Amino acid sequence: MCDSCGCSHAVNGVTIVRPGEKQPDHRPGRLLRVEEAVLDKNSAIAEHNRSFFKEKGICALNLVSSPGSGKTTILERTIRALQGELPIAVIEGDQQTLLDAERIDATGVPVVQVNTGTGCHLDAEMVHQALHRLDLAENSLLFIENVGNLVCPAMFDLGEEAKVVIISVTEGEDKPLKYPAMFDAASLCLINKIDLLPHVDFSVERCREYALRVNHRLRFVELSAKSGAGLAAWLDWLRQGH
Amino acid sequence: MHEMSLALNIVELVAAKAEAAGAERVSEVEIEVGALAGVMAEALAFCFAAAARDTPVEGARLLMRELAGQAKCLACSHCFPVDSLLGQCPECGAYATELIRGRELRVVSLVVDE
Repeated sequence: MCDSCGCSHAVNGVTIVRPGEKQPDHRPGRLLRVEEAVLDKNSAIAEHNRSFFKEKGICALNLVSSPGSGKTTILERTIRALQGELPIAVIEGDQQTLLDAERIDATGVPVVQVNTGTGCHLDAEMVHQALHRLDLAENSLLFIENVGNLVCPAMFDLGEEAKVVIISVTEGEDKPLKYPAMFDAASLCLINKIDLLPHVDFSVERCREYALRVNHRLRFVELSAKSGAGLAAWLDWLRQGH
Repeated sequence: MHEMSLALNIVELVAAKAEAAGAERVSEVEIEVGALAGVMAEALAFCFAAAARDTPVEGARLLMRELAGQAKCLACSHCFPVDSLLGQCPECGAYATELIRGRELRVVSLVVDE
């Protein structure tokens, strides 16, 4: 089994040198120094997206969470609240289906669905391609709803201004400790489905405390996309240049 | 499993560098992986072999050097080793820390024309 998951140390042709261990000699031949970061290609395209956003005064937000935390419902509610106030567009990322795009389309704002197939995250090139299919107005707000996954999207810069991580109270309050990379990468944390708090064992205080251990700069808004409670604070955050 | 896309990026970067240097085959790729880069070294190693197939990098040895994480406490400025993003200062107990090393994921060198 471990041949297929790659968890074994003994992969042919690979030498892993742990901290403090002595590095083996290089193989014979011509040594070329490179010293280049590996995400470079994605970062370069992300920077291209970022400068496009800056040029047009677009605020792009990357919405990340586990599947089922309520990203799309929050978006629907947010769009309905801000429509008429500023131009909004959406890029929807999912492995399969147009279902989320259809929900956003029903609100009347421009939307492009990106299906990643087997891919577990959006990357900057996918967003770049989607931007070519969207006629974005100047000074608009662009929501990029990432694939529901609390791990990989943390690694891939899309050129966004900020990542907004969403956690719902039906998940564990310990998610920030279990999946710290995403909470570390985010600027704002939305705690959603607070209308269900009386029915679940979820301490908002502990969730905030755990998330702050990972990222002491993280800000929070508690809301219910269903009832609308707390939505005003999120809308204010969006209006303040976010 | 983002290690596959990282492996493809490594191979693409390496193949381009080798070609620019006029080399036909790459026999070794040395990379540095920070302990907090969010990369599983073994999974990346596994994906690398697959990503290198049918490229000048096929069959190259992957020399992967893991870098330990290092954080600085924002309260008392103490620097200490960390192995997670939940670094707590061992001196004063604060969680407000800044990671100063450990996020690296870098191609360091290649060996070509063995």
